[in-house]
Amino acid sequence: MTRHIDIRKNTYLDSVSLMSMSTKANAVEGVTQALLGMATPMNKEVLLNVGVQDPAIDAAKPSDLMIVIDAADDVIEDAIRAVNDILARKTRSADGAAEGRYRTLDGAFAEVPDTNLVLISVNGAYAAREARKALAAGKHVMIFSANVSVEDEIELKNLAHAKGLLLMGPDCGTAILNGTGLAFANAVRRGSIGIVGASGTGSQEISVRVHDFGGGVSQLIGTGGRDLSAEVGGLMMIDGIEALAADPETEVIVVVSKPPAEEVADKVLGVLGGTGKPAVVCFLGSPRTESGYPNVQLVSGTKPAALAAVLATGVDESTLDLHALNIPLIEEVRAKLAPEQKYVRGLFCGGTLCDEAMFAALAKFDNVHSNIQKDPAYVLGATDASREHTFLDMGDDDFTDGRPHPMIDPSLRLQRLVQEADDPEVGVIAMDFILGFGAHEDPVGVTVPAIEEAKAKAAARGQHLEILGYVLGTDLDTPALAGQVAQLEAAGVTIASSSTNLGLLAREFVAKGDNR
Amino acid sequence: MSITSLFSTELKPVNLGLDMFAEDLRAQGVAPVLMDWTPPGGGDPEVIAALGRLERPDVAERIAAANEEAVGRILAAQPFLEGFGQAIDTVPGMTRTTILHAGPPISWERMCGPMKGAVTGALVFEGLAKDLDEAAELAGSGEITFSPCHEHQSVGSMAGVTSASMWVHKVTNRTHGNTAFTNLSEQLSKILRFGANDQSVIDRLNWMRDVFGPVLAAAMELNEGGLDLRLLLSQALHMGDEAHNRNVAGTTLLIQALTPYIVETDFSTKEKREVFDFVASSDYFSGPTWMVTAKAAMDAAAGIEDSTVVTAMCRNGVDFGIRVSGTGDRWFTGPAQQVVGPMFAGYTPEDSGLDMGDSAITETYGVGGFAMAAAPAIVALVGGTVQEAMGYSRTMNAITTANNPNVTIPALDFMGVPSGIDVRKVAETGILPLINTAIAHKDPGIGMIGAGIVHPPVEAFQQALRALADGVAR
Repeated sequence: MTRHIDIRKNTYLDSVSLMSMSTKANAVEGVTQALLGMATPMNKEVLLNVGVQDPAIDAAKPSDLMIVIDAADDVIEDAIRAVNDILARKTRSADGAAEGRYRTLDGAFAEVPDTNLVLISVNGAYAAREARKALAAGKHVMIFSANVSVEDEIELKNLAHAKGLLLMGPDCGTAILNGTGLAFANAVRRGSIGIVGASGTGSQEISVRVHDFGGGVSQLIGTGGRDLSAEVGGLMMIDGIEALAADPETEVIVVVSKPPAEEVADKVLGVLGGTGKPAVVCFLGSPRTESGYPNVQLVSGTKPAALAAVLATGVDESTLDLHALNIPLIEEVRAKLAPEQKYVRGLFCGGTLCDEAMFAALAKFDNVHSNIQKDPAYVLGATDASREHTFLDMGDDDFTDGRPHPMIDPSLRLQRLVQEADDPEVGVIAMDFILGFGAHEDPVGVTVPAIEEAKAKAAARGQHLEILGYVLGTDLDTPALAGQVAQLEAAGVTIASSSTNLGLLAREFVAKGDNR
Repeated sequence: MSITSLFSTELKPVNLGLDMFAEDLRAQGVAPVLMDWTPPGGGDPEVIAALGRLERPDVAERIAAANEEAVGRILAAQPFLEGFGQAIDTVPGMTRTTILHAGPPISWERMCGPMKGAVTGALVFEGLAKDLDEAAELAGSGEITFSPCHEHQSVGSMAGVTSASMWVHKVTNRTHGNTAFTNLSEQLSKILRFGANDQSVIDRLNWMRDVFGPVLAAAMELNEGGLDLRLLLSQALHMGDEAHNRNVAGTTLLIQALTPYIVETDFSTKEKREVFDFVASSDYFSGPTWMVTAKAAMDAAAGIEDSTVVTAMCRNGVDFGIRVSGTGDRWFTGPAQQVVGPMFAGYTPEDSGLDMGDSAITETYGVGGFAMAAAPAIVALVGGTVQEAMGYSRTMNAITTANNPNVTIPALDFMGVPSGIDVRKVAETGILPLINTAIAHKDPGIGMIGAGIVHPPVEAFQQALRALADGVAR
């Protein structure tokens, strides 16, 4: 085994590019491990944790690129060449595109003064400063980047509020402004339903369900997941609601979030009540059922939220396909499962989808484990084996540390899927497949071989393993919904028609007679 | 623009970060503005914090006003050649035992090979030592005062070694009244400023002291109006010079302006002929002239409270130093870098000394490497294409405050040269000033062995930034 360490001074590549190159580099014949990263204190620590230590790495600066390749002695030269090729291709394309690019936001604003929004997805350590500059120049801001401090978030949101600007994020995954999807978003019809969401995939799911029910979205404003915490106090949520209240195109306002801090929930409901517009609120997992305002309806899930919103625009319910739960299907699946196949394993890309499925399970079972469980007794880490009912949000920080989001790079989820199939107590594996802007180009296609492998493992011991899939997407997305669904069906996967139904079906499939 | 009014306005996004988001925007028919972003300050948290302090709106406003004043002075400066004199009679603070040198302050012990060669040569030339060995002893004895040219309203090319009896240009900035000095080109390559110091070097210095200097001085005595150097410089750029590594046009223009007066002096025809032959022996004759032109302009911009504009960049072969308007006479230094470029036959990069000389004052002013696009004939020096040379000049706009309307580049639609390097912009973008320069052999006694390009060390700018943050963001 030979270790090759190369530090490239002053060579900057963004972390997502680096991670996708790492994935490619690790696939090179003969490479045991390849690590590419900027020499930030965090990345150096990551290297140290995997036992890579070298004075050259200690001396490297955050602006330097670190390349570490471990490979067998006889292939190390080839491996180095292959990794260099991967790097060269990226740098070349980056250089080729450098024409007409700006080094600083101020430079860009000076040359193109009519820009009105900045979408920031650089490393979180640098995002706040860029956001501050954008706000100072009077631009709306969406911060996709995570790892921005809550102090910075509060300061930026107050600054944005004072200037009447959007500050979506940090860690804001989705928005649709004037019909244009930003970051992770689905292609949905334009219409009269305005959405403000503190949960990214929850907002995507509602926009897709609205589209499916024939409705359309006027605006979708993301706030970032911390907005409704007691510290941030719903600064962006409230400004977003008020902007939609003043927007003549928006007839109905939908709010979606994980359970907010109580006093913030009261404040948000109060603001919605004051708008006078019909409003639908989905605080996932919250025990609240009454808003206290006649125009504000509280609902339990994303699908009920979308339905209520579409109905509030005046659509006749009898004209809609409500995709009711398929009871005969439930009986059919139960019949196929052996008595010991008692558990659901949920492997999710979308945090809200994981949440919604987990809450559905919790309504019936106690032994529900997750990396996003609130009850510490049921918290699982990314490296822990699954136990009983397990729902994993694989887009959460403990899974994405040092690797891309599973919506972009599914490799970790594929491994986990095959692994779960080894457990004879597993009856159902539930998975989401997210389409749209920013997402993987063929999330189903890349997963099908692992699905087949998982099913074959169960079959080998005489079990039927039920794989339940939900594809979050529309007929307008690329790839389109229908093709992805057809691929899943061909692989023997049962299809849920919504995030809400995914959770309910998974739970019901494994609920034995005595548990109903 | 309020949030609600954004809803009725066409979305015009800037995509700062992942390229895939830009592709998705294009797929939706929205053309995002693209960025070529790198972490500010190379990702150094301390530098980012300093930038943050300087970005506070009240501070940024004060800086903007100060920088406008500083760059206004640079652009308005009108350096005129008034005459020539011996350093002892003209340069402030000069004594018989003072040796001025290039770059930030440095002790004899720390000097690089070529600078030591130049110092010992100068001590022999001045008659302070009988040979180089005795000169080296004297230099280390403490009896010689070493001081940077820049601290005496002067600049010196390469080693910059200037001693009492050398002749210097006397240039006045007629707009602001300040004066600046620099010594005369020795032409050729085996010369004192490159560290050569044998008898041929000393003989040439003697001739320059006894004939060349006096002839030029007498000529300028006859020219009552002085020479408008900014005008000549501007013409030279239009004729394909960048006024640091290419001086063919500038030298022709300068000697053309001096010739009528030279011929009117009382010197013999033989002596005049020697002067003309000497000027014709190298295109570099006017090189120091453009340096002192730049110095006269940059000194006018020094000492403006709150300004982040760089007023000097220089190197002594060991350290690279910069001065910033808002921090006055203070030096910020980092290690001098290796110059990259073609070498004379028989030499390799291992032979080259590190970056040296006050000539980077030309880039500080906005010519030299900053005006690369004006001099396509020397793109070989930067090892690139003409297209790339154009790009170099444009890139410098990202770290400067203004374009000089008085000194323009025809091939870039008469874009003014990028002027007023802003420490904040350098620290933020990581783009370092591009300097065209010559390469001296690393050992004393040899001379020039090549030419190429070099960048300052980023440390100098980071130090300056921190000092500005402490001083300006008080």
